[in-house]
Amino acid sequence: MTAYITLSMILFSIGAVGVLVRRNAIIVFMCVELMLNSTNLAFVSFARQHGNLDGQTAAFFVMVVAAAEVVIGLAIIVSIYRARRSTNVDEANLLKA
Amino acid sequence: MITFWVLAPLMVIAALGLLFARKAVHAALCLAVVMISLAMLYAAQDATFLFAVQIIVYTGAIMMLFLFVLMLVGVESREAVVEAIKGQRIAAAVVGLAFGATATLAIGQTVSAAVVGLDDANQYGNIHGLAELLFSDYVVAFQFTAALMIVAVLGAMVLAHREILVKPKTQYERAEERIKAFGDAGSHPGVGATPGVYARHNAVDMPALLPDGTPLEESVSAVIRNRQQDLPTRGRHDVEATLSQINDEDLGGLAAPQLGASDGSGEQEDA
Repeated sequence: MTAYITLSMILFSIGAVGVLVRRNAIIVFMCVELMLNSTNLAFVSFARQHGNLDGQTAAFFVMVVAAAEVVIGLAIIVSIYRARRSTNVDEANLLKA
Repeated sequence: MITFWVLAPLMVIAALGLLFARKAVHAALCLAVVMISLAMLYAAQDATFLFAVQIIVYTGAIMMLFLFVLMLVGVESREAVVEAIKGQRIAAAVVGLAFGATATLAIGQTVSAAVVGLDDANQYGNIHGLAELLFSDYVVAFQFTAALMIVAVLGAMVLAHREILVKPKTQYERAEERIKAFGDAGSHPGVGATPGVYARHNAVDMPALLPDGTPLEESVSAVIRNRQQDLPTRGRHDVEATLSQINDEDLGGLAAPQLGASDGSGEQEDA
């Protein structure tokens, strides 16, 4: 049981570091997906530990929200790319004073 | 547990590949490996429904969406190597390691209760049990996800939609415009001159030559004209060299036209 949660934590940390380090918006987005997936693993593991299916239901809802989030996020990336010809997150600083 | 120990190192390596991959496509492949391995871990933990959904929704739909966007945005686009904030990478690595270590230790100390297992909860089947929960305790949340989906679809349509602001001209309208320009300003309504074909050059970036030897800049496509600032001089230089050669050889008193800064009106006297 602890092994599953540890793996989930390791994947979550790798995803978090990826969000901080990578500059390509699409890869940053993939790292966010990795973090969501790792929390799903934790949900499923805890569901097995506690012997009820609430954890699996939570993981199911996370998947639904992640799917919606990916659709919107990728649409935003495509429209930013159209306007600026770049997916570098450092260059999207138009709102800076 | 064998499944776990086979898959866990693979998943960590693939996740690290997400961090270090140069190309976005390789990162996407690494993420697909992680997602399929996760599906197998779900299957190993009696979550058969989530196993199927993970493969169908994540590796099937979401990864395909990522790959589609990668194709749109450019597979070969490289990342900037310059750090925007100094020392950000090292700081991020340190923070990430610290976070991972803290979380792992904390969970290792707190998760100690015995594993109950899902045999009881899954007695009528995993899908049956999930459906019972979903349509009783979580039915409101379930209905909200329906609203969320509709909003997401509408949002994606609005974001990806490109408005055509000006109605595109038809061929008839463009022909009418050309004839009107001919009547008003006397501009030639027919096909323009094609770019030059010479002994040493046969390319769209070489301007055609007028009878007096001056290059006709309009014969080159406007795109190339704007991109290559030195284009006319390049063409002129080459033609100039050829003409001076002809002059040197003095072909039977045939005076070759002189190239120069003149606007073409003084050429007749020279010849």
